[in-house]
Amino acid sequence: MKLHEYQAKEILSRYGIVIPRGILVSTPQEAGKATEELGGAAVLKAQVHAGGRGKAGGIKLVRSVAEAEREAQTLLGQNLVTHQSGPQGVPVNSLLVEELADIQRELYLALTIDRGFGGPVLIGSPSGGIAIEEVAASNPESIHTEPIEPVLGLMPYQTRRLAARLGLEPELSRPAAQVMNLLYRIFTDNDCSLIEINPLIITGDRRVVALDAKMEVEDESLFRHADLQQLRDRAQEDELEAEAADQDIAYVNLEGNVGCLVNGAGLAMATLDVASAAGAAPANFLDVGGGADAEKVAKAVGIILSDPKVTRVLVNVFGGILRCDVAARGIVLAYQRSGARLPLVVRMLGTNVEEGKEILADSGLAVTFASTLTDAAQAIQQAN
Amino acid sequence: MGILVDEHSRILVQGITGQEGSFHARACRAYGTQVVAGVTPGKGGQLFDEEVPVFDSVAEAVKETGADVSLIFVPPPFAADAIVESADAGVPLIACITEGIPVQDMVKVGRYLQDMPTRLIGPNCPGLINPGARCKIGIMPGDIHLPGRVGVVSRSGTLTYEAVGQLTDLDIGQSSCVGIGGDPIIGSSFVDVLRLFQEDPETDLVVFIGEIGGTMEQEAAAYIEEEFTKPLCALIVGATAPPGKRMGHAGAIITGESARAESKIQALREAGATIIPTPADIGSTAQKVLTGG
Repeated sequence: MKLHEYQAKEILSRYGIVIPRGILVSTPQEAGKATEELGGAAVLKAQVHAGGRGKAGGIKLVRSVAEAEREAQTLLGQNLVTHQSGPQGVPVNSLLVEELADIQRELYLALTIDRGFGGPVLIGSPSGGIAIEEVAASNPESIHTEPIEPVLGLMPYQTRRLAARLGLEPELSRPAAQVMNLLYRIFTDNDCSLIEINPLIITGDRRVVALDAKMEVEDESLFRHADLQQLRDRAQEDELEAEAADQDIAYVNLEGNVGCLVNGAGLAMATLDVASAAGAAPANFLDVGGGADAEKVAKAVGIILSDPKVTRVLVNVFGGILRCDVAARGIVLAYQRSGARLPLVVRMLGTNVEEGKEILADSGLAVTFASTLTDAAQAIQQAN
Repeated sequence: MGILVDEHSRILVQGITGQEGSFHARACRAYGTQVVAGVTPGKGGQLFDEEVPVFDSVAEAVKETGADVSLIFVPPPFAADAIVESADAGVPLIACITEGIPVQDMVKVGRYLQDMPTRLIGPNCPGLINPGARCKIGIMPGDIHLPGRVGVVSRSGTLTYEAVGQLTDLDIGQSSCVGIGGDPIIGSSFVDVLRLFQEDPETDLVVFIGEIGGTMEQEAAAYIEEEFTKPLCALIVGATAPPGKRMGHAGAIITGESARAESKIQALREAGATIIPTPADIGSTAQKVLTGG
């Protein structure tokens, strides 16, 4: 689950990391008032769940109350399209109005899980700012990582070493190390999958300040963080994806017109690969999961049918935990509920496959059965 | 022969009284697996299906029944505890089916297991099966398997069944099939399982199914190039999957381009693997390699 910048910064500040003074607003008038409170000049930052805001015009420097109101008027209510947001963009419903920072240097600091190492890693670079991925590709020696042994935690020699690699003078090494230690505590206390401070700045008066913050909490751990669950902002999520997430269905909205229902993430990816190779563009990735009942399958098919770009539906179910007759009942239920008449190509294998096919054949739906992956892809390519 | 388990394996099921645990314990028994014990704290003393004794702790179950494999169906909040309890009781092999265990729990479990003789398969995996020994330890449909001499190793669940189904349709039997799991942190890697197939005299060929994300396929490629001497057919799925709407950059900095399908396919091809062109060609590719086509 992604947090907004202002939510992440509230957490950082609670742990003792210095952040700029800021006020969250949702109207142009509030933006003007906040700018006045901050001394008549400020930065307006669109609160969206996507990186690359700066380049996309989501961050504005304002020098007067009137300018703040004008810029806020433009930003609020628009959909901001960044290189991470997808083509529809994400709605700007609130702005963080922050005091201007006296930036002397910009560093990069992040924590994430490294699969190869099997634990958290602290990543730092002296080249903070927006183009960090380009830095990683073109100048990898300026990216420094410190793997953290979970039993030991982040050790003092590691923070000293990273501070030195970031080029920090001895007087700044200690406060920077303090920030690293606090970030690691925040990361473990809150079951984060990502914390990224880009940039972490050194100010003219030699303070270490988190100027931006991105934080993601691992979905699997939310059950033990009732407080963090409250921070979810559904408006930032794709509508169908949010609906699927509520039903515990893994769903990603894509560009094509073939609605896909599959059980298992690997088989779902394989189905997209085969359909694409046959010239049929998938409208979505959907893994209905192993333990689905007929109602959950019906909800999943309902999400597919409610997607206006879908003109045909491909079902690929390998019955194991999910039995084929259960899947078939769910599909029929969803078609009945929505009244849809879209052609359906079904490939089913495994547990109770004959019952499943019978239920579909008797349903009156326009079903084509396929026995292999290739047959299924060809049938869906021809279905219209 | 096959790897890891055989007809002598004695299985204990953690979470045997739960809905999933009981369903699959029955399916494993029906296939021929020796399920000798169940463990559900607080339900010790009961009999599962009037035959399998249920214990309060893994240690008791091991002591009373000589169980040497744990199959775990415990819900995510308690699964880390279940894995460590089995390791602590000296169980040499654990297959954890549970999906959705917090990553930071698995970080600690992974570190703990490094110093233990226990081998963990999964979590978030279908388990493993040795069709020749009629030993199924997991949730895969048993009847799609055929005893034979092809090893299957995969990160996925249902896609493994797809692979097995295609092999069996062509009368190509399997020595052992292992689903290593789809989570960021898992107990056994591709390399760990490939080493076992390398040592198994009854495995002639390996079907390898990887996917986008992480760098485990590249590590496998390096091992295949240096030490693996048997023919191997590899499929990587996810070439057309969306990159995902991500927020930060830290993940990309760590894995860079190597998380992508093309990069994994290239690494495996350079290591000498036969690349399976699409997920529909798993069986036919294996057949060609086996017949020297």
